[in-house]
Amino acid sequence: MRDYDKLIFEISKPGRKAYRLPPLDVEDMDLEEHIPEKFLSKEELNFPEVNEVDVIRHYTNLSDKNYGLDTGFYPLGSCTMKYNPKINEDMARLSGFANVHPLQREDCIQGSLQLLYELDKALCEIAGMDRMTLQPAAGAHGELTGLMLIKAYHEKRGDTKRDKIIVPDSAHGTNPATASMAGYKAVEVKSTDDGIVDVEDLKKVIGDGDDIAGLMLTNPNTLGLFEKHIVEMAELIHDAGGLLYYDGANANAIMGHARPGDMGFDVVHFNIHKTFSTPHGGGGPGAGPVGVKEHLVEFLPTPLVEKDGERYFLDYDYPNSIGKVKDFYGHFGILVRAYTYILTMGRDGLKKASEMAVLNANYLLSQLKDDYYLPIDTIYKHEFVLGGLKGEQLEVRTLDIAKRLLDFGFHPPTVYFPLIIREALMIEPTETESKETLDEFAKAMKQIAEEARRDPEILKEAPHDTIVRRPDEVRAARNPVLKYEG
Amino acid sequence: MYPYISHTPDDEQKMLEAIGVSSIDELFEDIPDEVAFKREFKLDKAKSELEVRSYMTELSKKNCSLDDLTCFLGAGAYDHYIPSIVDHIISRSEFYTSYTPYQPEISQGTLQYLFEYQTLICNLTGMDVSNASLYDGGTAIAEAALMSTSVTRKEEIIISKTVRPEARRILKTYAHIQGLKVIEVDMKDGVTDLEQLDSLVSDNTSSVIIQSPNFFGIIEDIEETARITHKAKRALLITSVDPISLGILRRPGDLGADIVVGEAQGMGIPLSFGGPYLGFIAARQSHVRKLPGRIVGETIDLDGKRSYVLTLSAREQHIRREKATSNICSNQGLNTLAATVYMVTMGKEGLREVAEQSTKKAHYALKKLTQSGKYKPLFNQPFFKEFALTSDLDPELISSKLRDADIIGGYDLGQDYPQYKNAVLYAVTEKRTKAEIDKLSSVLEGI
Repeated sequence: MRDYDKLIFEISKPGRKAYRLPPLDVEDMDLEEHIPEKFLSKEELNFPEVNEVDVIRHYTNLSDKNYGLDTGFYPLGSCTMKYNPKINEDMARLSGFANVHPLQREDCIQGSLQLLYELDKALCEIAGMDRMTLQPAAGAHGELTGLMLIKAYHEKRGDTKRDKIIVPDSAHGTNPATASMAGYKAVEVKSTDDGIVDVEDLKKVIGDGDDIAGLMLTNPNTLGLFEKHIVEMAELIHDAGGLLYYDGANANAIMGHARPGDMGFDVVHFNIHKTFSTPHGGGGPGAGPVGVKEHLVEFLPTPLVEKDGERYFLDYDYPNSIGKVKDFYGHFGILVRAYTYILTMGRDGLKKASEMAVLNANYLLSQLKDDYYLPIDTIYKHEFVLGGLKGEQLEVRTLDIAKRLLDFGFHPPTVYFPLIIREALMIEPTETESKETLDEFAKAMKQIAEEARRDPEILKEAPHDTIVRRPDEVRAARNPVLKYEG
Repeated sequence: MYPYISHTPDDEQKMLEAIGVSSIDELFEDIPDEVAFKREFKLDKAKSELEVRSYMTELSKKNCSLDDLTCFLGAGAYDHYIPSIVDHIISRSEFYTSYTPYQPEISQGTLQYLFEYQTLICNLTGMDVSNASLYDGGTAIAEAALMSTSVTRKEEIIISKTVRPEARRILKTYAHIQGLKVIEVDMKDGVTDLEQLDSLVSDNTSSVIIQSPNFFGIIEDIEETARITHKAKRALLITSVDPISLGILRRPGDLGADIVVGEAQGMGIPLSFGGPYLGFIAARQSHVRKLPGRIVGETIDLDGKRSYVLTLSAREQHIRREKATSNICSNQGLNTLAATVYMVTMGKEGLREVAEQSTKKAHYALKKLTQSGKYKPLFNQPFFKEFALTSDLDPELISSKLRDADIIGGYDLGQDYPQYKNAVLYAVTEKRTKAEIDKLSSVLEGI
């Protein structure tokens, strides 16, 4: 069924139905008697008419055109595509979690509140922070919340001239975008040739420091390198009156070995869908809890969950709170999965996960560096960045390598990021991959390198074996067709 | 050994040798001693699946599940029927374990359902373009407001007090950091005071935001609001809608709305204690390049085959960095699939039937509950599936008496509107039966 190419609208047939509701059991009425005619729709919605079997077949066929983590290796750098445990899915679907309205009485939601309370504590312990808000919906949303907290801190001190957020040139795109969205100007600090933040440049960027609101940093950074001058950097920022924000996208590298809170960070977010194994869902939903040190707790979004004896309750009594950033209490269903994971792995398993993630990255690197250009030869953390093929094989681009990997049944790594490495291939294997999988991947990468030497056309035309081949993105953007028009 | 980690001691040894180090600890030597974490986490040790399952089940049982109670609570999250098929489709791991579709060759499944979703949202709202989703209904209002300031280059946002209070709080949080001004319009008998709106709209207005059906379940006059909004140069009308209501109500796009947003939880997504839900946003063609978030477009591949890709990404953070339209990166992917499956499963007739049954049952409930005169309607306005009742009784007392009768009662409006102390907002969906409504009535009469 690989060739199935229908849209759901194209299999519609008038009169078909896929649902049945119980008959109306209250007295019928004319809508027009209660709702003015000008508000009522007289036209039918333009929705397809299909039956249940049509719907199942259609979407099952679509699923066959997708590559998931359960299909195979997914070494996307900075995305932490680790296995999504199945028990997590079951726990989120427990009736007492899935079928609970967010505004039920406090005595009807004690289980949810206890879970949120315990997850807050566990994440604080892992991050080395004092308090968490579980409200943010995703990593980028956590970043935004974090910068709101930083802004509230400066505002309360009457320190309102700070309008700059420092972001390394290797940072995720969300960092500068978040800074802008939070009303700040993003200023860049350079990296050294060794791939870490240039402390001398940081000093220059800080200058006299009175306009610096804070620094956003990923550690290990997007190259997979630990920012070893972090203590000095933290001191520089704090001395200038700024605060430090930790982008937790790469936290899977350090659990049990280092904590952002101990490095001097004031605000931290975790990508729950990365480090804590919840599914990426084809783009979401994830969750992006934000942890803070004591001096920022008063600004957290409300409500927070508190405990009074045996009773858990929602506490809205934070007069200096930044307010709400999201409906209700965050992505509860995702948080249930994360807590399930933390309980399953335990203190020992989380540490082991980071260790094996780092072992896998460095092992895979050792298998690839003969054929691929390694701009910085050192020990990495959970991911590493290659700069395309070794030697001057300029006709074969990183994009070609990525597309050829599809023919071997692998999801390609993150490509052309970070921006500071030419022809970047950013590879993060995660801990849930076996040595055998890594060896298979390395074998494919070696074969691709060999093909590049002997027959680069194979790469230029790749992929050969996928359902579609290099869709025309330029055409899509020039003449946008964003919906089915029949 | 751990179930999700496959390394045998022998594997570890061989891998360390290949790297050229002698121990795992050596891989962490770049972490400066002063920040190295040297103790163990204060967490329990690893647990078996049976132990975890038992603990989590115990926690879940400390909640009251709607499987055991009857729900008349809404206020932004609704107990609508979810066809079985929805969970089966979203449980296919090819969907839920995949990443954002950056590699279109192996992501056509995700890309196509997003394209179908965009089409359905456009057809549902009467708009030209939809993105591939936002976090939820509340943040969708905030993103739409920011979009309006970017389109109009004006910094004043007017929002009605009949918009869900939590959504207004989110808007204020977002507006504060960008230095935008939010003005609230008062209400009159449960709907936006259009006279006051008329006096507030000016050339500084970037957008007017209303919700219909509004927080009290009442249908607002979108057409008239659009007329007033458009008196101001370039100002946009943002309408937040309950998508289920569009089974019977006219589409905001046909009534003059410029941006339509809303919460799609009611379309196939479980209540799940408040999330994850699904925000949607749809706009006019002319504003497509100002839309936040992912958008999927149709194209052809090397062999001329119809295919789908993420497009117009020049708006987005990973390309534009600090100049992006929003910082949004992930969307609600899987919940988008749930809503898509819901919309095609229910189809045009089903959505109408859900909307009609909800309306008729809500109207029956209002009649039944106000029969004796003990409870009175707070407003006398046309409504969809929610209505407010007021009485001499303390809402907490009502709520606890209903709880004793295994009923989740309505929302206490006094929490957000001090002037409506003792008023309770009830929601009635198609799932409620006559017997359940009658029982609600008899318990209320007995208090």
